[in-house]
Amino acid sequence: MVSSGQAQLVVKEETALRWMSVSKVVKETVDTYTLYLKPRTGERFSFKPGQFNMLYVFGVGEVPISISGDPKNLNHIAHTVRAVGAVTNSLTKLREGARVGFRGPFGNGWPIDEAVGNDVLIVAGGIGLAPLRPVIYHLINNRQDYGKVFVLYGARTPNDLLYKKELKSWKGRMDMDVLVTVDKGDETWKGNLGVVTMLFDYVKLNPDNTYAFVCGPEIMMRFTVINLKNKGLPDEKIFLSMERNMKCGIGVCGHCQFGPYFVCKDGPVFRLNQIKMFFGKREV
Amino acid sequence: MSEKDRPLLIEAQDFNGLLLSLKRLGYATYAPTVRDGAIVYDLVDSADDLPIGIGDVQEPGSYRLRKRGDGSFFGFVVGPHSWKKFLHPPTVKLFTINSNGKIVANLENSDQKLAFIGVRPCELQAIKILDKVLLGGEYLDIVYASRRKDVFFVVVNCIEPGGNCFCASVGTGPEAKDGFDLCLTELLKPDGHYFLVRIGSEKGRELISSVHYRQATDEEVELASRLLTLSSEHMGKKLEIKGMKELLYRNLDHPHWDEVAKRCLTCGNCTMVCPTCFCTTVYETTNLSLKYAEKWRSWDTCFSQEFSYIHGGPIRYSISARYRHWLMHKMATWMDQFGTLGCVGCGRCITWCPVGIDITEEVKQIDKRDGEVKVKVE
Ligand SMILES: Cc1cc2nc3c(=O)[nH]c(=O)nc-3n(C[C@H](O)[C@H](O)[C@H](O)COP(=O)(O)OP(=O)(O)OC[C@H]3O[C@@H](n4cnc5c(N)ncnc54)[C@H](O)[C@@H]3O)c2cc1C
Ligand code: SF4
Ligand code: SF4
Ligand code: FES
Repeated sequence: MVSSGQAQLVVKEETALRWMSVSKVVKETVDTYTLYLKPRTGERFSFKPGQFNMLYVFGVGEVPISISGDPKNLNHIAHTVRAVGAVTNSLTKLREGARVGFRGPFGNGWPIDEAVGNDVLIVAGGIGLAPLRPVIYHLINNRQDYGKVFVLYGARTPNDLLYKKELKSWKGRMDMDVLVTVDKGDETWKGNLGVVTMLFDYVKLNPDNTYAFVCGPEIMMRFTVINLKNKGLPDEKIFLSMERNMKCGIGVCGHCQFGPYFVCKDGPVFRLNQIKMFFGKREV
Repeated sequence: MSEKDRPLLIEAQDFNGLLLSLKRLGYATYAPTVRDGAIVYDLVDSADDLPIGIGDVQEPGSYRLRKRGDGSFFGFVVGPHSWKKFLHPPTVKLFTINSNGKIVANLENSDQKLAFIGVRPCELQAIKILDKVLLGGEYLDIVYASRRKDVFFVVVNCIEPGGNCFCASVGTGPEAKDGFDLCLTELLKPDGHYFLVRIGSEKGRELISSVHYRQATDEEVELASRLLTLSSEHMGKKLEIKGMKELLYRNLDHPHWDEVAKRCLTCGNCTMVCPTCFCTTVYETTNLSLKYAEKWRSWDTCFSQEFSYIHGGPIRYSISARYRHWLMHKMATWMDQFGTLGCVGCGRCITWCPVGIDITEEVKQIDKRDGEVKVKVE
């Protein structure tokens, strides 16, 4: 039945499958690669730190991947991908010139505006640094808008550390404290040993004006929250990026539920007091 | 009652006329019909296709049809199907794409005019809920949106609730208040077989004028309302919804979740038959030459481990956590997500559970032992 005169459904730009091409690939670790993607000529893409895209590989599928680059560099949209399964394996095999499908950006992102005028503490575990790297770029780009900046980063081994070049240059800056630790060192490692929460011993936080942005495995976030509470940070200034299975990214497939929230549209970043009833509960 | 609002009356023999008029207007006419020992929703050509004189008997974990010994058209309640399957199809091809990244075929079949005949009040509410979920957010679900564009609702109120019905408890039935084009109440009187008709829209008004009707008498209006009052007093099940959300939120660690888990087979039947469960998964298929890929979407169930899988393992690996997620979604978190319960009290999940798990009973158990906490084994 042809129904003429009916309004065409308006599909928002970010929900349509679009394409970018790989402009550069950086091997971060043995299984993790950063793909820099260039929007097609005439197309623009911008995002907020903490947002993610659904990346699509022809014939394989689509997965949520955080945007991990500088929010000001709109010609090289970075995604740091760890190969753990079908789609992420295909993504990490792509090389310069390859085409990547995407929908997005989705999600709320970190409260970088709300944090203006305050100290910012970033705590990342493993691949959890990826969605936080845009925040670090943003803080550097707008350094005068924020107070002290701390970055605490932990990985399993020295070989698992992401963004080694950037870490080095950030460490060299006078205007931020960057501390790195690994669970297990090797012959050449001279840095900190132990889990990321151990780094709290080395920073002096002002609980009255510090925003904490945390991303990593849930167990790591749990212990980080305990440490932040011990330091006296209020729940309202602790932000966590949650991970759940995602199929749609737009709030209709139901997969990413976390208590009453949909991580894709209400998150992935949550204020601790918002999720208190569920955070740390098993299997929610 | 102003004369304008007075319900109308049609004779049962004129019901077919409504169906034919809908067809003439270009609607695909779907209605209850009998197949494989159950009442299902399918295309019908005439009123003869309805389950005339058939009733159903439902208990936890059991469903059968019976002969009623009368000529009723709608003498049963809800079966394994719900209208969701037409608006939110069990499987649908989202697109076909070629290896150059060009989408060569989009959604099919999306511009039909659909007439749903014999929609129960609880089911109408289920569609209103799906509207909120799939159309009410920042992003539309395009499959649902394209099928939902032109639907004609002929609702039939429930004068005989089923053994697992509890619409009266959740406020969705047994009488529909709004959101329909036409709303009928079936009246089997000694002097004949009628439908009391309420008009809910201009489309409904036009349709009814295509058949023979008259204004209902006071006596007929009263009869219908008496039958509906009786119906709401005879629901097979009851559920106390006052304070239910808070009750469930404070009992995440209740031992009853584990007790249900001992019986639950995680078959997912409850989510498939539920008229509001909307979860889906997507997958790709490719042809051998790898020139084309198709993206498909299917209903999914939160009872599977894959549903919550992330690298390293499922979030909800225990059956207990999966049952808890399902019940909590229907009865608590849905409220926070969409401002309404996720359950319309249709009783399908109770009937079609192979082991007869009864959502109303499980809530009652938690209420009875409010605050009990299971012993933690970390
Ligand atoms: C908001 C968000 C941001 C993310 N950002 C990154 C990132 O920057 N870099 C990165 O490497 N990974 C990231 N992930 C995790 C990444 O999405 C998964 O590793 C990926 O989905 C695994 O898919 P696969 O097909 O390779 O693996 P398989 O194991 O084959 O996955 C099968 C299916 O399960 C689902 N799935 C599996 N693991 C996850 C998971 N962890 N999260 C969500 N769905 C999953 C996917 O839908 C996938 O289709 C992010 C996840 C979320 C939710
Ligand atoms: S949860 Fe059960 S009773 Fe409630 S709407 Fe779904 S199937 Fe019907
Ligand atoms: S109960 Fe389960 S299947 Fe149904 S909508 Fe909720 S999460 Fe999805
Ligand atoms: S990913 Fe589909 S609802 Fe969030």
